[in-house]
Amino acid sequence: MRFLTRDLVCQQAVELVTDYLENRLSRRDRKSFERHLAGCPNCTAYLDQIRRTIAATGHIEAETLDPAARADLIELFRRYSDETG
Amino acid sequence: MAITAGSTRAEVQETWVAVIRGVERFERRSSLQTWLFRICANRARSRFGADHRQVPVGVPGTTVSGDRFNSHGDWIDPPEPWSDVDDRLTAEALAPLARAAIAGLPDVQRQVVTLRDVEGLSPNEICEVLAITEANQRVLLHRARARIRATIESGPGRDIT
Repeated sequence: MRFLTRDLVCQQAVELVTDYLENRLSRRDRKSFERHLAGCPNCTAYLDQIRRTIAATGHIEAETLDPAARADLIELFRRYSDETG
Repeated sequence: MAITAGSTRAEVQETWVAVIRGVERFERRSSLQTWLFRICANRARSRFGADHRQVPVGVPGTTVSGDRFNSHGDWIDPPEPWSDVDDRLTAEALAPLARAAIAGLPDVQRQVVTLRDVEGLSPNEICEVLAITEANQRVLLHRARARIRATIESGPGRDIT
């Protein structure tokens, strides 16, 4: 990522958590990010919370999705019906 | 009930009715919904064009309030660590809160995080289903996860010291 410098600050680090977890950082940027984490308990806590957020989301069963998310499926079906009807 | 790409329209209709009404239990319901989502999204995409869902992403560095950092970019209001042992903070206990947070997200963020973190589709599959670029997909996912985390933080996460 272009804006990374040797000394990553917290405000930059928190915006890299998704690229980090999705394995989309270059090796150099990954090292830079991990070096920051090693010295920063606050960003380490933030990353931990994002991981736990993902785990919590993973516990949602598809059939208990909120009506809004469920409506996405229904809307797509409506378009599908219009298309093929 | 086996679903294949060769299923007839009538079968698809029937399946949809069952999924939407929730009157029938499928052994692998999540996969079924994913499959339906995909065929329907493909139809929608061919109809509305490949670019209709591109979302302007702007500068990515905006998911945590600037008020929580000083002028150097260091935390001044850092996240309180979430206890490993607190029953209120297990994935299972937090799932309802995550579900409510997802409902409040902008449309495409909601779709991306649902497909990625609830349904478990790969980033490539999501790009295909929603007809968005990979970079777009990741920024939307990043924002969605940050919003869900913030919701948890302002709920049970707040009391944890």
